[in-house]
Amino acid sequence: MLFGIEWDTSGGWAFAVSILPILLHGLWVTIQATVLGFIIALIFGLVLAALKGAPTRFIAWPAKLVTEFLRDTPLLVQLFFLYYVLPDYGLVFPAFLTGALALGLQYSAYTSEVYRGGLEAVARGQREAARALSLSPTRTFTHIILPQAIPRIVPALGNYLVSIMKDVPVLSVVTVLEMLNVAKIIGDRTFNYLIPLSMVGGLYLIMTLIASYGVRYLDTRLPKHGLPLK
Amino acid sequence: MEWTSYVGPLMQGAWVTVELTVYSTLLGGLFAFLFGIGKLSPNVLIKSVSVAYIEIFRGTSLLVQLFWLYFALPVAGDALGIDLRLAPVTAGVMALALNIGAYGAEVVRGAIQSVPHSQYEAAKALNFTPRQVLWRISLPQAIPEMMPTFGNLAVQNLKDTALVSLISLGDLAFRAEQIRNFTQDSTTVYTLVLLMYFGMALVVTALMKLLERYVGQWRMVRR
Repeated sequence: MLFGIEWDTSGGWAFAVSILPILLHGLWVTIQATVLGFIIALIFGLVLAALKGAPTRFIAWPAKLVTEFLRDTPLLVQLFFLYYVLPDYGLVFPAFLTGALALGLQYSAYTSEVYRGGLEAVARGQREAARALSLSPTRTFTHIILPQAIPRIVPALGNYLVSIMKDVPVLSVVTVLEMLNVAKIIGDRTFNYLIPLSMVGGLYLIMTLIASYGVRYLDTRLPKHGLPLK
Repeated sequence: MEWTSYVGPLMQGAWVTVELTVYSTLLGGLFAFLFGIGKLSPNVLIKSVSVAYIEIFRGTSLLVQLFWLYFALPVAGDALGIDLRLAPVTAGVMALALNIGAYGAEVVRGAIQSVPHSQYEAAKALNFTPRQVLWRISLPQAIPEMMPTFGNLAVQNLKDTALVSLISLGDLAFRAEQIRNFTQDSTTVYTLVLLMYFGMALVVTALMKLLERYVGQWRMVRR
């Protein structure tokens, strides 16, 4: 029994049907962790991207180092670091929040590169033209650069959303009851790992197929030459 | 306990991590080429097997794959009456290689497709066999294109090896957890371990850059 739902071990199909609602509980946690981790990654990534674009080397260089460090070290170890080290300094968060924070930090390294890449991909001539028309830097950014950068940035961010979803099972090591952890517990108690773990695989496949379809749809719907201005 | 006393056991773990990375990257590279080329095959069976492999291993989480191979496969073996229990190291290397291989396969496919079409037309005009086209036209031009992404995937694979500690393989992440349990000195242990992973990632990146420069020569015409 888990989440107050009994399982039925009388047969393969009966077992699968009876544990589906339990796995869906876990799936809901997975989705919550994905969304929260993604939001943190979007915000931290923006901060990192801004720092990396700073005019002085004293800010830009450390920001680049931090990005490399976050990107080149395993999520699992970053998660353990946050989970065990933060409480030593009086910062005690629930496991779920620590997990989402770890996801967000790791992926902020990737999102910051997406922002930078998207902004830099806007043709140089556009900036020069805006300058020749004596648009203010703010106006250039909000009306010229951003509308053209967004169609490049959004689909790339979408791909990282899918990646985050696939990394959520790592959070099970700090006792977060996401879908894989739930399946593992069912397996531990019934000695049948095959059915719950296969179902988790199937559910993941469905979710990533839907998500990548969504990303591809966004990619085709966003106008390649930039969002139209009002 | 002095932090220097952590170095010994951590180095042992780091060596396991290095071995896992090397084996799974090589095996993953093999899968990448097999299924990447398979996806472009005119043979429907080969093509659909390759597509299924790529979709399944890219579409699910690595940890799910690892747990499936380690915990679920023996149960499936029981049902079929065969012994499918894998040693942790086998399950670990297989899961890592299958996962990274699926990502690599898409890179291989993309790079082969990006070889200019006129090259294939020229090969056809010169009466090359399909095998000759693959070995002498496609791959020498496609492999240099794959290298930058392969570099990222190799680092990704190094990071992913940390997950095998969850099936009790004594890699770097596993040793770190052991020492932390023993000493409760989380800050030192995990700072050291993060730095060690970072160092290893820099080495992997440098090696892949060297390899990239080496295979870059294949773009040139050989006389």
